[in-house]
Amino acid sequence: MKLTFLDFERPIAEIEKEIEKRGLAQHAFSPGTVAEITRLQKKSESVTRDLYSKLTSWQISQISRHPQRPYTLDYIEHLFTNFEELHGDRNFSDDHAIVGGLARFNDQAVMIIGQQKGRDTKEKIYRNFGMSKPEGYRKALRLMLLAEKFSIPLFTFIDTPGAFPGIDAEERGQSEAIGRNLYTLTKLRIPVICTIIGEGGSGGALALAVGDIIQMLQYATYSVISPEGCASILWKSADKAQEAAEIMGITAHRLKAMGLIDTIIAEPIGGAHRDYSSVMQSVKQALLGSLEKLQSHSTETLLKKRFERLMEYGRFQESKTK
Amino acid sequence: MSWFQNLLPPKIKRKENSEKKVVPEGLWSKCAVCEAVLYYSDLGNNLNVCPKCHHHNHISARARLDLLLDTESRREIGAEVLSLDPLKFKDSKRYTDRLSQAKKNTSEDDALVVMQGSISNVPLVVAVFEFEFMGGSMGSVVGERFVRGVRACVEQHLPFVCFTASGGARMQEGVFSLMQMAKTSAALTQLSQEGLPFITVLTNPTMGGVSASFAFISDVVIAEPAALIGFAGPRVIEQTVRQTLPEGFQRAEFLLEHGAVDMIVDRRQMRNKLANLCRLLLRTSTC
Repeated sequence: MKLTFLDFERPIAEIEKEIEKRGLAQHAFSPGTVAEITRLQKKSESVTRDLYSKLTSWQISQISRHPQRPYTLDYIEHLFTNFEELHGDRNFSDDHAIVGGLARFNDQAVMIIGQQKGRDTKEKIYRNFGMSKPEGYRKALRLMLLAEKFSIPLFTFIDTPGAFPGIDAEERGQSEAIGRNLYTLTKLRIPVICTIIGEGGSGGALALAVGDIIQMLQYATYSVISPEGCASILWKSADKAQEAAEIMGITAHRLKAMGLIDTIIAEPIGGAHRDYSSVMQSVKQALLGSLEKLQSHSTETLLKKRFERLMEYGRFQESKTK
Repeated sequence: MSWFQNLLPPKIKRKENSEKKVVPEGLWSKCAVCEAVLYYSDLGNNLNVCPKCHHHNHISARARLDLLLDTESRREIGAEVLSLDPLKFKDSKRYTDRLSQAKKNTSEDDALVVMQGSISNVPLVVAVFEFEFMGGSMGSVVGERFVRGVRACVEQHLPFVCFTASGGARMQEGVFSLMQMAKTSAALTQLSQEGLPFITVLTNPTMGGVSASFAFISDVVIAEPAALIGFAGPRVIEQTVRQTLPEGFQRAEFLLEHGAVDMIVDRRQMRNKLANLCRLLLRTSTC
């Protein structure tokens, strides 16, 4: 797979182009060229390491949206066996922006629900750019309750720019669909492990991100509104998105420091798309650890801890005089 | 010019440099919908509903509580909860400056006022959003006050009513605000376990994070006439789908038509409706 480089990765892209040019030349196997290619590869690695050691929040938000980033179905393919996809909300239709179903993980039955983006134009449209409509959230709700009925742990994968802002979505109750999921997740009597794998876009992401353990890939983002949206509302200019990204605190690192997520899953230098197998391994380890930890608790303890955690969200002060 | 001035009757004649007659400010109000010119006092006596076209104008949180609750035994809940600036947020203005400005403009500390009291002798807790305070946006303080209101209901076995008016989550508190959606929803599970009624009244406007959390998971969803209610704002939708929005889109009547709300209630009937619904849900008699 040919790598796609982001704007800020141009220095890497240029070196890689040089390497490719030399590799294709007639005398590609001459000792001189091989040595040159090795030298350039080393340089590419060091430039990458350098760039990735001082990423800005805006750059991280670009990586979280990288077109080659692993999506929910990639995780399902690599981490689970016996996947049986379950379709539809039983009321209106099947939303392709959310996929879900039963599968086996470490020989145990689990339920998976995740947001799915598309790779090429056709698939992007099919997946509605990962933006769910109410029927997507209602399919998710159906699968949550199904998992609860059979005491099967739930894994959610979050990767969406946000819930779909459209006429039909409003007509069918987008707000209610999201709210219902939040409410249900807070009292679902099974372990719920949420993994933010790419973009955690606002309420549309939160509708799958209430659980016992919230983990996040190193270059994923989670925010109340997209940096572009925030900039255009507060600065009245979308050009300020970089500044907005920085101040909003959308990266795994900042969110962990503020106690809003539990675990950061490390990504290879250059991002998850550079090395699928290493990311899959890391996510698998994280899921195994989280599941083991949660399954050592009774359902009552699990729910109590989940509730207490939810009640702790927020930063405020208490006045003694009032 | 001079010959014309001489023709003018003395009543209309204006002396040079004489000051324009000033109408005392705050005496008149023009209805935003039917443009009827109304006395402020008439409007106020009518709960800020235009007597001509019945347009429901904005009403402050405290004024609404005052009109809604019986006069005796009111107690405010959560007033001790005050805001912080966890992100040290600054756009064109500092968050702390926006907060001080909002406090000055509204005389409120944040965008939610919670009060325990009674409506027609039905004891309950009512939470009301103050839209004029940073667009009624929900941050940590709003979430915590909401939860304390719910907790009071659980402890004293009371119904909980929430009047919403909000643009959504408060961006200046980042993911802390987003989490208030989960926090408020979680608190309501306790109310439900105790079999206590939760009623929401969606007023103009109810959007984004407030709409997509507790607003629609109540036992009865009421809307005020013509209130704008939805997940995404009309402008965002228009930009996304590049279509003109249908007439009355996201208005209370549109939601009723699409099965999203139980009823539309005129503000002047709200007290009776709420008392009646609470009594029915609590299976108490009408005395």
